[in-house]
Amino acid sequence: MDYKPKIIAFLCNWCSYTGADLAGTSRMKYKPNVRAIRLMCSGRVEPAFVIDAFRKGADGVLICGCHPGDCHYHEGNYKCLRRYHLLKKYIHQMGIETARLKLEWISASEGKQYSELVNSFTETITELGPCKIKETMDVLT
Amino acid sequence: MENSKPKLNLAVYWAAACGGCCVSVLDVHEKLFDVVAAANLVFWPIALDVKYSDVEAMPDGFIDVTLFNGAVRNTENEHMARLLRKKSKVLVAYGSCAHLGGIPGLANLSTREEIFKRVYDECESTVNPDQLRPLTVSSVGEGSLTLPEFYNDVRSLGQVTAVDYYLPGCPPQTERLLEVFMAIVSGASLPPAGSVIGASGKAQCDECTRLKSENKQISRFLRPYEIYDDGITCFLEQGVICLGPATRAGCGVRCVKGNAPCRGCYGPLEDVKDPGSRMMSAISSVIDAREAEEIEKIVENLVDPAGTFYRFSIPSAMIRRKVL
Repeated sequence: MDYKPKIIAFLCNWCSYTGADLAGTSRMKYKPNVRAIRLMCSGRVEPAFVIDAFRKGADGVLICGCHPGDCHYHEGNYKCLRRYHLLKKYIHQMGIETARLKLEWISASEGKQYSELVNSFTETITELGPCKIKETMDVLT
Repeated sequence: MENSKPKLNLAVYWAAACGGCCVSVLDVHEKLFDVVAAANLVFWPIALDVKYSDVEAMPDGFIDVTLFNGAVRNTENEHMARLLRKKSKVLVAYGSCAHLGGIPGLANLSTREEIFKRVYDECESTVNPDQLRPLTVSSVGEGSLTLPEFYNDVRSLGQVTAVDYYLPGCPPQTERLLEVFMAIVSGASLPPAGSVIGASGKAQCDECTRLKSENKQISRFLRPYEIYDDGITCFLEQGVICLGPATRAGCGVRCVKGNAPCRGCYGPLEDVKDPGSRMMSAISSVIDAREAEEIEKIVENLVDPAGTFYRFSIPSAMIRRKVL
């Protein structure tokens, strides 16, 4: 059977979700593996959200926010960027490949970039194969 | 002392623990007389010669209160956890290891095989030319000898059996234990089962007296020995990681009063699902940089995020062990 990776995307309301929406309304075709979750700001993405996604079986997590300087709340995307770097280090320690977590800036006009990002990220995750964290957590050894 | 009430039966047990929790019970000092006036100590391996078979012979629910300290890392720990659950009316997870997995829980960053290899083959002080390993069963002339089986995963007490109360701390403050004990003796109404007792609902920072300003910015993470601590300013503002913002108060900010940053032994605040991620979230938002490369350089300084932010809580975290 073909492996179909599960990817969770946290998209900020003001730029990235609108960008993803633009990809849709412009009828761009892209891979169907991403489940988008809309948040008010990428700064709202708590590390626990990402950890929970992996724990529950996500093979990859994508976080998208406004470009630096464009945050609707001024600072949110910078906070997200800092958390992202620390979180990457933590998941690496727990044995999750860091390539499974990605942060990209997508503006409201970047529908094309969003669809390309989804395609390339899906490809990366397909190459990596299923994430083993859920399997490890579900069995007591 | 006049006492018409029947005495309580009290037990204290250690599983995968260092012994510090038992010592914290002894730290009641002369109040021990009040304790023994109100309770019979029926089982306490560090102090009394009572055998496991004696506990097995007790009727179910015979023990009123058991203070169980230590994590569960082998078959013996698990057997005693289940046995004491059956024999006790109130089972208290006493200390960080029973509460969250504690320091033994850091073993979840390795596997059993890695641990055995380090201890029995590689360790600098190990001389083991025959590469002997402990066996769970070995046959000798007189019959077979057994050792407890060592698990791959370390668990907290609550992950093995139902726990009535959690008393956090590494070790718990003896004063808190006395308060809880006296409350049980006096027959005061107890909080609902599953509660954390002997601790506050607030964060450490609420009780900490160090000076804090609004403007926290960290451009380099420092180890305590790298700063000249002035004894007054918030550790975070001096660049030292202090887990105060994400840790439950109740210890009386002991470490900070001793000029050491909080390490988080009292565990997460109420309703926090993942202990360390809250602190990761808080600490990374005060990193004083906006460029990815700069941030990466600062984070590089933080050598061991799992061991720092989940020092006492890996088995209770959402990711409770390293991927196998």
